[in-house]
Amino acid sequence: MALALLLLCVAAASLTVGAASTSVWQTMGDILAGREVSLRDRVVLWDIRVPRLIMGCLVGAGLAISGAIMQGLFRNPLADPGIVGVSAGASLGAVMAIVLGGMLPFAPLFGSWLVPASAFGGAWASTILLYRIATRQGRTSVATMLLAGIALTALTMALTGVLVYMADDTQLRDFSFWNLGSLAGASWSKLAVAAPMILLPVLLAPLLAPGLNALALGEAAAGHIGFRVERLKGTAILITAAATGAAVAASGGIGFVGIVVPHLLRLLSGPDHRYLLPNAALLGAILLVLADLVARVIIAPAELPIGIITALIGGPFFLWILLRQRGLAEL
Amino acid sequence: MIRLLSKVAGPAAAALILTLATGVRADAPSRVVSVGGAVTEIVYALGQEHRLAARDTTSNYPAAALQLPDVGYIRRLAPEGLLSVDPDLILAEEGAGPIETLDLLKQSQIPVVPVPAGFDQMVVLDKIAAVAEALGVPGEGATLAAKVDTDITNALTDVTPTDTKVLFVLSFQGGRVMASGTNSPVDTMIAMAGAKNAASGFEGFKLMSDEAIISAAPDVILIMDRSGKMGIEDSDLLHHPGIAATPAGQKGAIVRMDGMLLTGFSVRTGEAIRTLSRSLHAIWG
Repeated sequence: MALALLLLCVAAASLTVGAASTSVWQTMGDILAGREVSLRDRVVLWDIRVPRLIMGCLVGAGLAISGAIMQGLFRNPLADPGIVGVSAGASLGAVMAIVLGGMLPFAPLFGSWLVPASAFGGAWASTILLYRIATRQGRTSVATMLLAGIALTALTMALTGVLVYMADDTQLRDFSFWNLGSLAGASWSKLAVAAPMILLPVLLAPLLAPGLNALALGEAAAGHIGFRVERLKGTAILITAAATGAAVAASGGIGFVGIVVPHLLRLLSGPDHRYLLPNAALLGAILLVLADLVARVIIAPAELPIGIITALIGGPFFLWILLRQRGLAEL
Repeated sequence: MIRLLSKVAGPAAAALILTLATGVRADAPSRVVSVGGAVTEIVYALGQEHRLAARDTTSNYPAAALQLPDVGYIRRLAPEGLLSVDPDLILAEEGAGPIETLDLLKQSQIPVVPVPAGFDQMVVLDKIAAVAEALGVPGEGATLAAKVDTDITNALTDVTPTDTKVLFVLSFQGGRVMASGTNSPVDTMIAMAGAKNAASGFEGFKLMSDEAIISAAPDVILIMDRSGKMGIEDSDLLHHPGIAATPAGQKGAIVRMDGMLLTGFSVRTGEAIRTLSRSLHAIWG
């Protein structure tokens, strides 16, 4: 509840503040009342800030909830969405589009969709490959997945490295900016594609909570209680791949949210996934919208990549919580 | 592909947007955002700097331009940041983006005039013409273009060709040499200054191994002169195992040039040719 309120406050702040000095609330009132609004004010509010805010909420929620699921599934507090190969795959997809995109005859048709589409494809391909590797006779071995994930990530990173080596100066810059993430590309048309792909998994995720709670006792125990463990694992991985893949495709590499948010919540309100999962979505959204706010205004009229900010805000805050809780909670 | 398209369509689109813009507005644009270092130099050379509202990060010459608000890196322009300076014209060097930002500008009915990029004498004149036309000062543009054209031609005729091999080092991070191969602004500039590019086996900018540097045997190391502590120290370069074994390393032949002057291919191209040629002859005669 408190988190939902906080999200509302952050969202309001994010709509109000920005490089362009417009009175957003007046503009909004004018639009609602059907009065004439200057084109610039309408574009700033309706085509820049609102889609960007929604995208921030979705991406933050998607990344944080995926992180919480992965940590539950792997029973490892260090797991993050990257562990199933999503991030490395997305990264490879993005660099392929950036470096090789110019050679494809049909690339111009995709326009600004080429990199996100390719990143999403890369994310899915690597996750599915990993899932296949780790699944034998209908049983998915989480340990195999973890280890194979490391191997697959190394392989994708090597391929990414080859492409980075081939890249020219501007492509290299494009890729390093992509890696740092940004919500600047958010638009209604991108939202139309990304929103269902992130929203659906985020809304479905809480259904996994009882299963993940049982899984904390171990796979065998969860099976004895009556959970269909294999289906649980499959669904969890699918949800993570969809949410993270779409989030990363829409905004580039935004690290840290997936690992810090669930941890914060576990320290604050315990490990019960029934609360952890929805709260992670809310707190993830809050953190990302806040980070984007800072990214937009700190060096206005220019912008910082958001990945820098999430780490800059999240890192010290996380450390502070850790130090405060030390002795109280076993870490 | 995109680059090719915009090269072909650039001037036509510029003219179209210009007529649209002037058709709508009675007065000439007075809040111009200049995106691209070469573009900004041209705006200043045309004496139109009073109409500038902002610039991008790559616009660092003349020094007065640094006083203008910075809307970010040329390929990562933030849409709201651009709108916040209330522009009525955006002069965008080819390669400016991303597309999402350009789309939003179109939606806001702010004219974006593409300025060609590239590195030869003709493109410099095209750049000047595009900027002058967009700013509504084609007469001044023609004068400036003629002046710059003569300047470059004179500089080229004055150059005494040499066999000096020049290695351009873009960065020197962790002792690794990122050098310029062929098909780069620096490669062209070295050729214009009558010298030879020591690294001709690859295109663009690549890391070069110590052995490759030794076999390239450059007579001069050319680097961009960055003020402050970010720059490359002469002693670091000369102690690099690859460079130390080359004629340039043994003679301590390092030439520093301002990055925008060297690679900008704007109104100072003639000056760049003369400066580089003079520096090379000062070392090897």
